[in-house]
Amino acid sequence: MRSLLAAAALALLLTACAQPPSRDTIVLLPEQGGKPTAVIVNNGGKQVTLDAPYAGARTGGAEPQAYRSSDSDVKAQFGAALAAQPARPRSFQLYFVEGSDAFTDETRSTVEQVFAEIARRPAPEIAVVGHTDRVGTDQSNDALSLRRAGLVRGELLKRGIAADSIQASGRGEREPLVPTADGVAEPRNRRVEIIVR
Amino acid sequence: MKSRLFACTVLLAGLFSASAGAADIGQIKVAKGQVSVERGGQVIAATPGLRLQATDVVKTGVDGSVGITMTDNSLLSAGPKSVLALEQYAFDTTTHQGKFDATLKQGTLAVVSGKIAKQSPEAMTVRTPATILGVRGTEFVVSAETGQ
Repeated sequence: MRSLLAAAALALLLTACAQPPSRDTIVLLPEQGGKPTAVIVNNGGKQVTLDAPYAGARTGGAEPQAYRSSDSDVKAQFGAALAAQPARPRSFQLYFVEGSDAFTDETRSTVEQVFAEIARRPAPEIAVVGHTDRVGTDQSNDALSLRRAGLVRGELLKRGIAADSIQASGRGEREPLVPTADGVAEPRNRRVEIIVR
Repeated sequence: MKSRLFACTVLLAGLFSASAGAADIGQIKVAKGQVSVERGGQVIAATPGLRLQATDVVKTGVDGSVGITMTDNSLLSAGPKSVLALEQYAFDTTTHQGKFDATLKQGTLAVVSGKIAKQSPEAMTVRTPATILGVRGTEFVVSAETGQ
C-alpha cells in the first residue's frame, strides 16, 4: 500500500513537471557526398518523413506541416548553432610492415599528419581503433585488433599525447576497408585507424 | 510557472541523484558567450575540453552557443537560449551498438549523427517537448519554441 502511494505521488509529480508543448521547425540538410538521408518527424502520433535536402516540417498545429526550406532560411534561423559546430572528426589509416610492429614508410608520414591535425584542434581527443582481416575466429580477431590499437596508443603516448585523451578499442574484422570472404588474408584490412576529434 | 519548474527540477534531481559517477560520453569543443552544464544539481561553467556525462543538461545564454562532439563522432551544436538534455547515452566501441536520446527543451540545435545511428538507425532519437525525431540520415537542424 505504501509503495502504491509512493508510485502515485511520483506519477503526480511527473505529470506536474511535464513540459508545455513546443512549436518546432525541423529541416533536413544536404548530405556530404550526396548519400541517402532522412529524418522521421513524429508529432502527436502524426508522422512526416523528411528525405530530401531542405525538406522541412513545422509543428504547432493539428499535425506537422511539410514545407520546403532553403540554405538562406536555415542560415537565418540556425546560423549560430551551425557556426558552433565542432570540426568534423578526421580519420587516418596506419599500416604495419607485415609480421612486425613497425610502421610502413607511408605510415610514418601519416603519423606526421595526425600530429598536425591534433595541433589544429581545441581540446583534441584521439580514438585508436584496431582492425583485422578475416583470417581467424571473431574472438581472436577482437583480441588482435585491440592489441594493435594498444601498440599505436603506446606510440602516441611516447610522443607526448596525454593518456586521458587517447582511447584504444578493437573492432576485430567487423569493418574491413576491402570487403573479402571469410578466411581471406588482406593486408589493407590489417590496420589501425586513428580518429582525431 | 518558473518557480514550479524549479521546484520540480530540484525534486527530480534529488530522486535521481543516485545515478552519478558515469563515464565520459562527449566533450565540449566550442563555447561562445554564456554556456553552462547542469549535473546532479550543480552548475558548471562550460569551456572547451569539459567532458560530458549522461543526464547532463547543457544551457546557453542570450549570446551563447555551444559545440559538442560525442564519443561516437556525433556532433551537436546549439544556438542562443537553448536547453539540451543528454538523457541517455551508451556506445560500445567494439560493436558500435548503443543508445542515444537527447531532448532540445528549447532553442536551436544542429545535429550530425555518428556511429550509433549508422550501426542501428533506431538507436538514436532527438526530441523536443512536442516531437520525436527518428534519425535515419545524418545532418539536420531543429528548433523548439516554447510558449512562455
